[in-house]
Parts: sequence; C-alpha cells; structure tokens
Amino acid sequence: MRPTATAPAPLLFAVTFAVAVFMIAPILISVMAGLVLNYSTGLKSGLTLRWLAQVWETYGDTVGASLLIGAGSVAATLVLGVPCAYMLARSRSRAARAFEEVLTLPVAVPGLATALALILVYGQMASFRQSFGFILVGHVVFTLPFMVRTVSAAFQRDELVALEEAARTLGASFRQRFLGVLVPAVFPAIVAGCLMVFTLSIGEFNLTWMLHTPLTRTLPVGLADSYASMRIEVGSAYTLVFLAVILPVLWALQALAAALQKRYGT
Amino acid sequence: MQLERTRIEIVDCAKTYADGTRGLKPTTLTVEPGEVIALLGPSGCGKTTLLRLLAGLEAADPGGRIRFGDQDVTARPVEKRGVGMVFQSYALFPQMTVAANIGYGLLVRGVDEAERRRAVGELVDLVRLNGLEAKRPAELSGGQRQRVALARAVAVRPRVLLLDEPLAALDAKLKESLRDELAELLRRLGITAVHVTHDQHEAFAIADRLAVMHAGSIVQVGDAETLYRAPAHAFVAEFLGRVNRLDRDADALARGVVKLGGVEWPCAPRSAEARVLVRPEDLQLGARQPGWAAATVRHRTFLGERIQLRIEAAGQPPLLADVARDSPFQVGDEVGLLIAPDRLMASMETPE
Repeated sequence: MRPTATAPAPLLFAVTFAVAVFMIAPILISVMAGLVLNYSTGLKSGLTLRWLAQVWETYGDTVGASLLIGAGSVAATLVLGVPCAYMLARSRSRAARAFEEVLTLPVAVPGLATALALILVYGQMASFRQSFGFILVGHVVFTLPFMVRTVSAAFQRDELVALEEAARTLGASFRQRFLGVLVPAVFPAIVAGCLMVFTLSIGEFNLTWMLHTPLTRTLPVGLADSYASMRIEVGSAYTLVFLAVILPVLWALQALAAALQKRYGT
Repeated sequence: MQLERTRIEIVDCAKTYADGTRGLKPTTLTVEPGEVIALLGPSGCGKTTLLRLLAGLEAADPGGRIRFGDQDVTARPVEKRGVGMVFQSYALFPQMTVAANIGYGLLVRGVDEAERRRAVGELVDLVRLNGLEAKRPAELSGGQRQRVALARAVAVRPRVLLLDEPLAALDAKLKESLRDELAELLRRLGITAVHVTHDQHEAFAIADRLAVMHAGSIVQVGDAETLYRAPAHAFVAEFLGRVNRLDRDADALARGVVKLGGVEWPCAPRSAEARVLVRPEDLQLGARQPGWAAATVRHRTFLGERIQLRIEAAGQPPLLADVARDSPFQVGDEVGLLIAPDRLMASMETPE
C-alpha cells in the first residue's frame, strides 16, 4: 500500500519554485516589455498596444505562413513517416538500421548545414527556391525523424506484432490491416508525433533563416528581423504574438493526445 | 453453430530460424477431424513454433508438408489458410468494439452488413457476451476478452482453430472455471483444434489427446490417462505430475526387484533400468506390518484436499507421498509403506 498523502517537503518545494521562476521569469519580462511604452523606464511609462499593432502590420503574414508550414510539415511527415516507421519497425536488416541512423542526422547536424545542402540541391530551381515549398522541404527533413522514431517505437511493441498477426489470420490484406488495425492502434503515438513535428516546425529558426527569402518569412525569422532592426519593445511584442498563436494550438493538441491516451489505454 | 471438421497432417515439419537455432526438429503428427489436441511442454520446447507453422505465421524448412483435409497448405499464406487463432495476449483490436472485433474477419472478406450483424449476434450468444457488444476491449475482464478472442477466431468459420496459451493471461481461479467452459465450447463447435499450453491440468481438461514436447520434438502422443499412467519417458512422467525415483543397484537389477526399506518388490519385466518411477499418490502408508517397507515421516505439509508427506526408507532417496486429508501420520512417525508393483513406471531417460 502506498501512502495517499505525501509528507510536506519545504526544501523540495523551494527548489521547484526556484526552477519555475527561473524558467518563467524571462518570458514574463519579455511579455511585459512588449506592452510598456518604454522598456528603459519600465511600467511607469504606461501600457500600450501600439507595438503589438505595429508587429501585426509588419509581420502579420508570418503567422499564417508559420501555421501553414507547421500543418504542411505534419501532413508530409504523416504520409512519409508512418509507412516508413512501419517498414523500419518490421525490418531486421542491417540496411534498415543504417537508414534509421541516417534519418536522425538532420537532428544532430546544425540546421545551417542542412539548409546549405538543400540550397545546393534545389538552388537552381528559382520558382521553387522562392516559394514556401522550399522552407517546407527543409522542415520536413528536420522533423521527419521525430515522427518516424515515435511511431516506429509504437509499431515495434509486441502487442502490435500480435495485432497484425491476428488480422492476418482473419484474412486481412496488408492494406486492410495497415489502415484498419495498425494505424488506429498506434494512433496515440501518431498524435504525439504530430504534436512534436508541429512544435518543432513552428519554432524552427536555424534552417529557416538560411532558406527564407524576403517574401517567404516565418514567425521566428520575422522575430529575428524585428529584434535586429526595430525597438526592443517591438521585438518583445512579437514574442507576445508568438505565444498567443502557439499556446492555444499546443494546448488543444495536447488535450487531444491526452483524450486519446485515455480512450485507448488499457 | 457447427464448423467443418478437418484432418490436419503434419509431415516432417522442422523449423530452423535465421540465426541457426532449431526451433523444431522434423515432426510428424496427425490430428483427427474434430479432435482437440494439446501441444504440451515447457517454454522453448517448440510447441509455439509448431502452432505458428500450422497458422502459416512461420514457414517450415523445405521438405515439410502440412495438409488440411485433402489440401496441401504448406505454401499458402496465413491470410488464405483458413485458420482461426486465439493469441496468448488475445490481440484484440483496441480501438474497436466487441462487435467490431468479432465481425472483423467477415468485414475484410466483404460480407455485407446484415449478414455480418447476424453472424456476430450468433457468436455473441454462443460465448455469452450479450450486452457487451458496444464495449471496447479495455473495458472487459480477462475472461471476457478471452471469449471475444475465441468468437473472433471462429467467426470466419475456419477449418482449424489454433489456441496459443489461451488461458495463460488469467488468474488461477478464473483459469479453472474457464478451461471447462472452453472445453465445452470446442466440443459444441466440433472444430479441429490445436491447443498450446504449458499447464498439464489445462491440457487434461481441454484436449482429447496430448502431444508432450521437449527440446523441439514430440516425445509422446496419447490421451491424458495413458500418458499419466504409462509415460514413455521420465520427462513425460515428470511433466504431467510429481514422481518419485527409486534407484536399483546391480543386485536388484539382476533379480528383477526394487529394494525399499528392508523389503523387495518384483519389478515389471519391461523395466531393466537402474531407476523406476512412482507417483506420490501411489504410495500407500499404514502401520508397520510384515511385507511392508519400514519408513519414517520426516515432513508433513497440509495442502487442503490432501496431505503431502516426505518419508525416508532405507536404501532410497527421500520419497513424497500424497495421503488423504484425515490421515493420522505426523512427523517422526514410524510407518509401513506399500507400493503396488503395477504402479511402478519405467524411466527411460530424458530424450536428447
């Protein structure tokens, strides 16, 4: 039997509190900076929405672009990553293991290097180079391993192997059992993978900064631009916009994932 | 619901895995139409491998043949083999309801919805899952899951039913009541079934015949009573129940007797071995009297329905004796011991 009530531990609480403050304080300061008239005088200078308006006017389009690229990355990693994860989970060949290693390279290699490689390959295709599609390709290269790894781990579980065998004994063809049994059974892992891909894509800067053009900017790229070329209050207001866009989406996705876990969990 | 009765013939089937391990040595076995056979043995004996060969989930080494009735199914993929299989973990589809699980095999065969609903309804009645059709597997008890797995496997009217440790995931009490239920259900369906288990009581309760397996081959095939009373090997005797070993020296061998506690009993002529076996329940205890071996009770364990005693008699290692619950013997008692000579079993040494 485990004790139901935990004994008070003041030291533990103090440490937790300190860590929380350490993590949250910079965000709060930044949000505050985006809402004051003048950061150097602080709150005394009064609150304003002027900077937010300015950000929306100058960089509003990056919000839509980032959300679309995030959604596009999720869609592309689903279509490419889920079948790939299945193949890797079922294959015992050395080539499959090697491929798995290669697949995770873009995570370890600096984004700039990946971006340079993409420019070398696709740089000559001007219309593609200048479109958001180019950035999407970069994001897919970067986020695919996260989807594949998460879903592949789910496919590898013994229950999944047994589920597939059960479907086979019942006469299901590969298509029938893949879409009808396996994908639904790993659905919680797929949702977790989507969440990760979306989050990574929205916040991705390194690679995107190398790939973007003045007409194809995402949220983080715009943020860098505003920090570099405008008042600190504008940059901070931009952070606020970023949080306002991202947090609701992440919360919604997380709630969905939790609901799925609850429904399918045994 | 009555299902087709199909004969299964396994001829020279062996299985060597990619890493060179021999999962199954060349094995030949025939299962009669409508018969329930148990593949019984410890883990790693090859029973699951043989079951998976039958299912088509593994391919037998070249040269092996598997026939269902008149049809050679050796090269048939699992999807087209017409088997129903109940997995140890049940492998129920977690996102589907009970009814959808049971109807899945019919769904992938393109059976129309009305017919599917009728068949699922019939099966739900058969395995008594009424009222649970809309539940998901996670909401069911272990026994209910097991019944869903069985209903799903027979829904497609398979020629052969394969059961891989169907009761292993259940707790001991439930197991006992469900094994009788399963046995009865299999008889009612009349299907040829192969049942893999490591639990001899489960095999006794469910199967018509048992094939005891050891180290990748079948050691002995027969009905439960034959195997229990006349095991062909010490391994079979020990696997099906507890046994005592009685040693025989050269003199005892020469004169065809067993020596125990100062007396000699004749030993069955078939046994010219240095060791014979006897089951604990075949040891008869009483007061010291002429013709009975002299023994001493060293340990006493009350087991509820019976008492297990460890006794010592001169010339033999300690012996286990099962006696009735009301037997008066206590630790330290000097007792007489009698073994009917026809209860002595040969002990061919464990097969290689």
